[in-house]
Amino acid sequence: MAKTRVVVAMSGGVDSSVAAALLVQQGYEVIGIMLRLWADEAGSGAAMHVNRCCTPEAVADARAIARLLGIPFYDIHAEGVFKQRVVDPWVAAYADATTPNPCFNCNRSVRFGFLLQKALALGADYLATGHYARVVRKADGRFSLLRGKDAHKDQSYVLHVLGQRELARAMFPVGDYTKEEVRAMARAFGLPTAERAESQDLCFLTQGDYRDFLVRHAPAVARPGPILDTRGQVIGQHAGLPFYTIGQRKGLHLTTRSANAEPLYVIRLDRANNALVVGSAEELGTPAARVRAMHYVSGEAPADPLRCTAKIRYKAREATGWLHPAPDGGATFVFDDRQRDVTPGQGLVCYTGDEVIGGGVITPDY
Amino acid sequence: MQPFWREAFGNAASLHHFGREAAAALDEAHAILGCAIGARAGEVVFTGCGSEADNLALRGVAFAMRHAGRRGPGHIITTPIEHHAVEATACQLRDLFGFDLTLLPVDGCGRVDPDDVRRAIRADTVIVSVMLANNEVGTLQPISEIGAICREHGIPFHSDAVQAPAYLPLDVNALNVDLLALSSHKFYGPKGVGVLYLREGTPYIPPITGGGHERGRRPGTVNVAGAVGSAAAMRYVARQREAQSARLAALRDRLIAGVLDRVPDARLTGHPTERLPHLASFVFKDVDGESLLMALDVEGFAVSTGSACTSGNPEPSPVLLAMGIPPAWALGSLRISLGYDTRAEDIEALLEVLPRCVERVRRSALAFSHG
Repeated sequence: MAKTRVVVAMSGGVDSSVAAALLVQQGYEVIGIMLRLWADEAGSGAAMHVNRCCTPEAVADARAIARLLGIPFYDIHAEGVFKQRVVDPWVAAYADATTPNPCFNCNRSVRFGFLLQKALALGADYLATGHYARVVRKADGRFSLLRGKDAHKDQSYVLHVLGQRELARAMFPVGDYTKEEVRAMARAFGLPTAERAESQDLCFLTQGDYRDFLVRHAPAVARPGPILDTRGQVIGQHAGLPFYTIGQRKGLHLTTRSANAEPLYVIRLDRANNALVVGSAEELGTPAARVRAMHYVSGEAPADPLRCTAKIRYKAREATGWLHPAPDGGATFVFDDRQRDVTPGQGLVCYTGDEVIGGGVITPDY
Repeated sequence: MQPFWREAFGNAASLHHFGREAAAALDEAHAILGCAIGARAGEVVFTGCGSEADNLALRGVAFAMRHAGRRGPGHIITTPIEHHAVEATACQLRDLFGFDLTLLPVDGCGRVDPDDVRRAIRADTVIVSVMLANNEVGTLQPISEIGAICREHGIPFHSDAVQAPAYLPLDVNALNVDLLALSSHKFYGPKGVGVLYLREGTPYIPPITGGGHERGRRPGTVNVAGAVGSAAAMRYVARQREAQSARLAALRDRLIAGVLDRVPDARLTGHPTERLPHLASFVFKDVDGESLLMALDVEGFAVSTGSACTSGNPEPSPVLLAMGIPPAWALGSLRISLGYDTRAEDIEALLEVLPRCVERVRRSALAFSHG
């Protein structure tokens, strides 16, 4: 009988390398693919500008690992797709005075869109990635997305965008292990990337932070304007709304503040008035978060309000509360306790236990 | 070739006895290459690759003609179906160095009409460059006729003949060319060795300056082992060429008939008969060429596609577009090159696998339109 064919999205890093090695060990016919993603063309024309996820070294690492595992390896260009589906919407979201997470669009449109299509074209049954998450098939035939076993590394948050169609084709081989176990397996498999450092920043930034990027690529999104307190008093000037995020305290350079006043935090980006609104720690809290288009992993919204937990950022501590699906496809999550730093543009992702119910992008208009 | 990596390690430009040995081998390589294409040994220039040979030809002649005066900034004539080595060089000469550039029209098979060359020639034309056989669709050009027209007008004529030597006899006099570019690995020689034929008396300023290697036309230490290997390869293909071409043309035609018969919405690209004997090229409607290439590779067939997927948003091959092929077809291009080792069984095996792969790629595009 022919082996089941699996395409592994390889990055040259330890997680995807171990994912590939595990699949080979489990007897699958494995094909490695690395996507060349778009990166900021900053600096002098002669300088290298490559996405951090696919530097020449990373490509060489991935190719070497594929060779070690004896699997075919392709690195294919996806710069255009990535720019169009991930970077451009990310810039547009900043222009909309929100703080976006580009990983959602990347997982939805690039990994489990563009790449999954390539995998199917290759005759593969599955697309595997090095994400720390798990997918299980339930008794009713539907697929559930679960947190990875390693609570610190869990990446189910950025995968909440997947639906039944994608999960039916998804494999996350390292999701059943902790990072330490994965590193140990990498050493046991003799993979040369066992000790490579983790990357944290946005992969397409080649120099500076996202603010520099916006200044270079979308200068129009950053217009200076007033900083207001919650009574509407002007207490400073901001450099452009995209340079600030909810909960930010440092770098506000308030002009009319006495030294011993209570600390002030960004509590709202008022796009209509191009104003940055600041307030006390108490004013920072909100009782609920609203999502305009709620995506449900199961494909169906719950009929009734659902008691569950929610994460409002990748690394946020989970909050308990009620998810209220709205008839228009949106949803509101009401926290048991007011939450600080509910940030429009970030994802609200709901869980019952380890299972991802779904999520969506937090809207500014709560 | 082997001894020149170790035992005969001399630099051909050195006077000592090691050098002499290398120089003698290099002389012989020039003679063999020259003889194979109807040229004198002294008209053969070894280069680092075919692209370098094209670059030396275009730059060397264009600047020499400009330097000789009388013709203003200069005018270059070439085609829209050239290899990047010619295309990018011509464009750079236009964009950065002020040469005027005319791209000749090609017909639906990718053929240039010699009359269009005649019409395009101007008083300030400095060089005409037309490839002998196209690398994507295999169409052969009427090189000899074009060359005759150029000669009438006293304009140097270059042809990129990289695709040809293993399958077609080459005679620079019959072809009426003044310059010809070859690449050793395309005729079973080592990679990283090219050959430029440069007819004696052709205006030429060496784009690379340095010592007197290759009579000053391509300064820089010559890859002696590579040159010797290329000469041996040229001898080898000269013996095989006729029989192999006849054999492969029959296999190619079997492949073409089989593909057009078994794959829906498939078209042959290039000229049906005036084409390289070893090359079959197709377009398939609504197929991502890169996916098809990978799918066939997984099945054990190494093929190529003309659609350069350099960004993830596939772009159709400019060569196919120049031939008037609609983008929805041109994106799904496939080039299948046969070789001396290709057997009839290989063709049948490919014909088994290909329809399935095309079908699967079409289906996957429908299932996930990454939107």
